[in-house]
Amino acid sequence: MIQFFLMVNKQGQTRLSKYYEHVEINKCTLLETEVIRSCLSRSNEQCSFIEFKDFKLIYRQYATLFIVVGVNDTENEMTIYEFIHNFVEVLDENESHLIMVNNSFYMLLNSIC
Amino acid sequence: MALKMVKGSIDRMFDKNLQDLVRGIRNHKEDEAKYISQCIDEIKQELKQDNIAVKANAVCKLTYLQMLGYDISWAAFNIIEVMSASKFTFKRIGYLAASQCFHEGTDVIMLTTNQIRKDLSSPSQYDTGVALTGLSCFVTPDLARDLANDIMTLMSHTKPYIRKKAVLIMYKVFLKYPESLRPAFPRLKEKLEDPDPGVQSAAVNVICELARRNPKNYLSLAPLFFKLMTSSTNNWVLIKIIKLFGALTPLEPRLGKKLIEPLTNLIHSTSAMSLLYECVNTVIAVLISLSSGMPNHSASIQLCVQKLRILIEDSDQNLKYLGLLAMSKILRTHPKSVQAHKDLVLQCLDDKDESIRLRALDLLYGMVSKKNLVEIVKKLMSHVDKAEGTTYRDELLTKIIDICSQCNYQHITNFQWYISVLVELTRLEGTRHGHLIAAQMLDVAIRVKAIRKFAVSQMSALLDSAHLVASSTQRNGICEVLYAAAWICGEFSEHLQEPQQTLEAMLRPKVTTLPGHIQAVYVQNVVKLYASILQQKEQAAEAEAAQDVTQLMVERLPQFVQSADLEVQERASCVLQLVKHIQKLQAKDVPVAEEVSALFAGELNPVAPKAQKKVPVPEGLDLDAWINEPPSDSESEDEKPKAIFHDEEQRHAKQRQPEAEEEELARRREARKQEQANNPFYIKSSPSPQKRYQDMPGVEHIPVVQIDLSVPLKVPGMPVSDQYVKLQEEREHRQRLEKDRRRRKKKDKDKRGKPRRHSSLHTESDEDIAPAQRVDIVTEEMPENALPSDEDDKDPNDPYRALDVDLDRPLADSERLPVQKHRNAETTKSPEKEDVPVVEKKIKKPRKKEKKHREKEREKKEKRKEEKEGEDFDFWLSTAPLPAAAPAPAPGEPGANTVTAAPEGGGEEPRREERGDEDEDGDNERDPEKKPSKHKKKKPKKEKEERAKDKKKPKKQQPPGEEAAEPVENGALADEPLPPMSSLLPPGRELLHQDDLRHPGQPAEGRQVTVSIVLENQEQQLPEGHGVQTCWTSLNTSWPRPEGSSVHDGVPVPFQLPPGISNEAQFVFTIQSIVMAQKLKGTLSFIARKMKGRPTRSWTSSCTSAVPRTWSRRPATVTPLPSCWSLGT
Repeated sequence: MIQFFLMVNKQGQTRLSKYYEHVEINKCTLLETEVIRSCLSRSNEQCSFIEFKDFKLIYRQYATLFIVVGVNDTENEMTIYEFIHNFVEVLDENESHLIMVNNSFYMLLNSIC
Repeated sequence: MALKMVKGSIDRMFDKNLQDLVRGIRNHKEDEAKYISQCIDEIKQELKQDNIAVKANAVCKLTYLQMLGYDISWAAFNIIEVMSASKFTFKRIGYLAASQCFHEGTDVIMLTTNQIRKDLSSPSQYDTGVALTGLSCFVTPDLARDLANDIMTLMSHTKPYIRKKAVLIMYKVFLKYPESLRPAFPRLKEKLEDPDPGVQSAAVNVICELARRNPKNYLSLAPLFFKLMTSSTNNWVLIKIIKLFGALTPLEPRLGKKLIEPLTNLIHSTSAMSLLYECVNTVIAVLISLSSGMPNHSASIQLCVQKLRILIEDSDQNLKYLGLLAMSKILRTHPKSVQAHKDLVLQCLDDKDESIRLRALDLLYGMVSKKNLVEIVKKLMSHVDKAEGTTYRDELLTKIIDICSQCNYQHITNFQWYISVLVELTRLEGTRHGHLIAAQMLDVAIRVKAIRKFAVSQMSALLDSAHLVASSTQRNGICEVLYAAAWICGEFSEHLQEPQQTLEAMLRPKVTTLPGHIQAVYVQNVVKLYASILQQKEQAAEAEAAQDVTQLMVERLPQFVQSADLEVQERASCVLQLVKHIQKLQAKDVPVAEEVSALFAGELNPVAPKAQKKVPVPEGLDLDAWINEPPSDSESEDEKPKAIFHDEEQRHAKQRQPEAEEEELARRREARKQEQANNPFYIKSSPSPQKRYQDMPGVEHIPVVQIDLSVPLKVPGMPVSDQYVKLQEEREHRQRLEKDRRRRKKKDKDKRGKPRRHSSLHTESDEDIAPAQRVDIVTEEMPENALPSDEDDKDPNDPYRALDVDLDRPLADSERLPVQKHRNAETTKSPEKEDVPVVEKKIKKPRKKEKKHREKEREKKEKRKEEKEGEDFDFWLSTAPLPAAAPAPAPGEPGANTVTAAPEGGGEEPRREERGDEDEDGDNERDPEKKPSKHKKKKPKKEKEERAKDKKKPKKQQPPGEEAAEPVENGALADEPLPPMSSLLPPGRELLHQDDLRHPGQPAEGRQVTVSIVLENQEQQLPEGHGVQTCWTSLNTSWPRPEGSSVHDGVPVPFQLPPGISNEAQFVFTIQSIVMAQKLKGTLSFIARKMKGRPTRSWTSSCTSAVPRTWSRRPATVTPLPSCWSLGT
């Protein structure tokens, strides 16, 4: 199960976030910072899966943008890895406003998660 | 009005839209917070306007700000306003905002119920869609309850777009409102076969997710999923299904056997790594569930391991990681197959990526054997030296200890080596795991008696070089080992070579810089050491030397008495007084050694960690009862000052016995002190080291004591443990030579004598390595008559627990979803079924029942209990070869095995139907609304119903003797609470009697099948009315009925059934189609007059049968297989 979905740029600014379980807003920010930090600290030579607290982070980097998905341990890491790419491809095709992004994002996410 | 509109649109021109906001935030990098707060003020103004477009724009901006981490919950009401806009663009903004910021705690959320319902039923699919997606994010239990039915309706929407969303959101609804699961499930199941792949995949997702939490309720879906798995090409769906099977197999090993083949095929054929990975994972799960008794799956394991090896060898780090992760799962059950890839794993230890190294470390844990342990640990030690980050190094350290200590040190052949490794590890800088090493040292020294001498010598060396270990304050973590070292040297002081020297080392002033709890152990063990020295000296009659030692003690102990740590202080002053006393005695030439060492007499044994918990509470002891009257406030105040200097335990004790006498207290204090003195583990928490340093002025001025050079100066380390590697090699070499010699001798003998089996010619197993020294591992002590197993209960807060419901049970009226427009998912239910008082099996019961079932069968062949839940499923599974589990039933005991002979199952349709039907039996408590009507109707009568069923087998394929009839019997008393199944039958009476079933086959015409049933009346009276009636229903068979009777009317059997008589009834069915599985459901009813003094009872019995698809195209050869039924209370 996907717990959250984040799009973060290299400066550590959250560009998009979606939580599938309610998290308090200040905890969100905290979590995001930690997540970003752990993603940024990794090089290309390292694998895209991070064990983070009690869930797993799966991330992919597209230029300066990181897409990070937090899943619980029953999830197939590889699937999520592919899913991120799938999602980005869809974004690429639609290339539209941020809100649009968000909507198609739900659609996609719901159908895969 | 028009003016207002114009004004509004002019205003809008000046409003910022989202792009302006984003741009603005970027342009105000320095004072972003200020800018945003300004924007929020503007937004608040905008929200106050009537114009919905302005509001939507404002909410849109708020959504963005929320994402940046600003709280927008204050605008919840405005969001709802925008949600209810009629224009889709606005509505969407509203729903988006709601989905981002609404949650269960949002109080205005209940205002949305009607709006959402309206949107759900909107003619525009996009309105519906946006409502569904939004709802999925903020559904609450209330919303779920109110809207469940609307959403369920949408699951059958014409547009796949909506169906898909509706199916997905049902998952959230189930979580919030578990009662909706049962009513919605049939429809959800339908969606598994939806023509639209999106909907299908959504349904698979939802069911998989549900099933993963409560797999046993979904076992019956396995055939359907199996079909999907073999037919689907969608990898996303396949992954989900395979994952689901992974969850199901532990419950049903036969399923695993069926799965292995398609899964291996997939592994071979797929190019998608994610699918491959999932397959491997599930195969592993299957193999784990099969781990016993299935030797011929080593090929599958090999395949998995090979594939994983390819993954690990891949240059892609992700694959490498996953490969290792999956490998570790195999490791748990099949360590041998993984061990072959040790080289690869060791290679991964050098990987650049820390996560991969950690995974590889996990694997190492299971790879060690007696043979390679030394080598692996050596490798790890070299990694420890190289490791740059402390976290990784700490991880390595714990792994080394884990690996070595696993399974009671089973892989360690040479404990000297292990102690050396531990000592070597103490040289680690900045590790946090000093206490781990210390614990290991203590454990080994206590439990391996043979090693004590060596351990003591190492520990004394460690104590000597304590200044190295504890020199810098940064290395505080590691100074924990001194705790162990001091204790070991003290406790086993008889093994010390130079006790006096160690004593001096322990009394060095530098010791006072150590943390308090370690000092306390020092003080305590100094006394032990002192005692043993005294004894030595006295035995050697060196009174002078003994007095010198005492003098040393008296000189050095005061430094501990001054300690800021209470524990140290207390112990030190006690000891000091004791020693002073001894000094006086020594001055008078009184021998004291005996008495002093008596203080520490007795052996300490390790106690199992759970021992305390397992001490059984003696009978009659009520731990919650007050022993004395509860204390009044004033009394406890009186007690308090005394309690200050004692630890918490005492205070607890006092609460319980507040009025204890003063002497009593004193006595107990004495006893406790005694106990503490004897207990080396009695160490309480110490203040933080920093604080200690502050409290200890002048410590720095104390000159450092020189190390006595008679002791080798080297810190035991690398070369020490390395020497064991060589030693072991030598030893192995020697053993090998020895063996070769023996083998040669044997061969010579063999040549001369008769040839022998060459079983001993395998490469040496682990066991061949003889331990270097006799290892005597003392097992941990447990209290007598300790209670076995204290398992943890399931987490009661698990949200999925509520979803653990039986899905095959038919719906009761009370369970239907609350609706405005009533819509019933269960309309397909046949009236016949409704009429039958259905008895439901308990959800938790089946396992128990199954077990009972087997026992029963062994004892009484005639008595049959059907494991209902499994029947049709068994049928499907039975195609898998089942050599062990399915002995062919002897002719006299047909039905002994429900599985064996059943041929390949046919279509899913009838089977599933049957399931639902079957599970009805056994319940009478769950269907309260059906019972009363039943009773009114038949009140003065006794009613009995039995449903009989047969299983027909193609004669062609199986000899008649193997054909299994499956009478399913199942009864429950409608008026009484459901008793355990075994007690359903009145004692001494058998409800069901099975005669010899070897009836000759009845030739049948055309596509006809004859079913014979033997009925026996065990009642004391004749059946009333029309006698025994039967009613058969089947999907595509027809059965001749009397003119004018409806499908559901029973037909009387053509004979009377007086008490005690049995007769055979034959029914001829015409099969309309032989291409699918046939199912016959039979009901047998029997009305008897109520007996005196006995309550009205009704018996329900049902069985169903599947006539397999393969059922004969040569009708003449069909042998109908009769079941025998007898009627009785």
